Amino acid sequence: MSATMNYLDGNAAAGELSRIFAMDITSAEGQCANCGAKRRFAEAHVYSNCPGLVARCALCGHVLLRFANVRGRVFLDLRGTTYLRVDAAKQEEASN
Amino acid sequence: MEGTAVLERLTWRVAKVVAVHDETATARTLALAVRDWPGQVAGQHVDVRLTAPDGYSAVRSYSIASAPNSDGYIEITVERLPNGEVSPYLTQEVMIGDELELRGPIGGWFVWRNDQMEPIQLVAGGSGIVPLMAMIRSHRSAGSSAPFRLLYSVREPETVFYRDELRALSNQGDAAVITFAYTRVTPKDWPRAPSRIDAELITSGTWRPALRPTSYVCGPTSFVENATDLLIAAGHDRERIRTERFGATGERK
Repeated sequence: MSATMNYLDGNAAAGELSRIFAMDITSAEGQCANCGAKRRFAEAHVYSNCPGLVARCALCGHVLLRFANVRGRVFLDLRGTTYLRVDAAKQEEASN
Repeated sequence: MEGTAVLERLTWRVAKVVAVHDETATARTLALAVRDWPGQVAGQHVDVRLTAPDGYSAVRSYSIASAPNSDGYIEITVERLPNGEVSPYLTQEVMIGDELELRGPIGGWFVWRNDQMEPIQLVAGGSGIVPLMAMIRSHRSAGSSAPFRLLYSVREPETVFYRDELRALSNQGDAAVITFAYTRVTPKDWPRAPSRIDAELITSGTWRPALRPTSYVCGPTSFVENATDLLIAAGHDRERIRTERFGATGERK
């Protein structure tokens, strides 16, 4: 069982992703380009035991996001995500 | 430019260790004074970066244990892992006055805000108690009347974090209802044999699904998956369960 439990979740990726995203990504809703599931990014399964980060859909396992930081150059691949919805007004209110 | 003034980009800040306190034989709480700390919400975490003289750096995430306060300091509790790169330093070597690099606060999903009035079910596995303790402390300091309940699974009695504080809370009766579950060794005369959380314990140790609680589950990945499946099987709405997973080793990367 432990072999299939080597992932974390979107919460663990949020610090690194803050290098690109100004708003909180964990509470953003994203849609999987493969199965269509709409979930909060916090719920994605995140694999960080590799150079960079890979986030997979918690439902179908499809790759939602790949992120790599190579000698100061940050790469982001979001083709597995149809959209990301950030509740911007709510976040701005919360940070006031 | 609406919003640009308040949404501050996360950058590395200097944090000074102002106090240390051992929670268990392997876990230590560090109080950190952070320059220009913007404040946090209960449940958020920080990234800590250590850099070696040769430039090699390692980053780990640690949940904030303290309630939001106006003193400009936060507490994190770190569990030492035998082969960890960062946790042995933070639990054994770091001294008062030392400085660390810190990024945060991070996360806006696995949080409890003190305007939430619905019943709250907290489910912790091992060091997964840390962000949930921040919620318990925030609940208390805000004088919230939201009904709180904690199911806390530990290996043995000696591995319980915040022992005296939790005991004091459970003695107060209505402030928080606490159920302990022991997986390896129980206290003397404990009614339940050592075992993982199961359906029976979910029924007896958590709010009824009809109360529509929001649940926060935090711990190692296998613990979180098991506890979440049990909550859903018991009739809890998946939409009302929020999770945060630590690595299998307990040290998040």
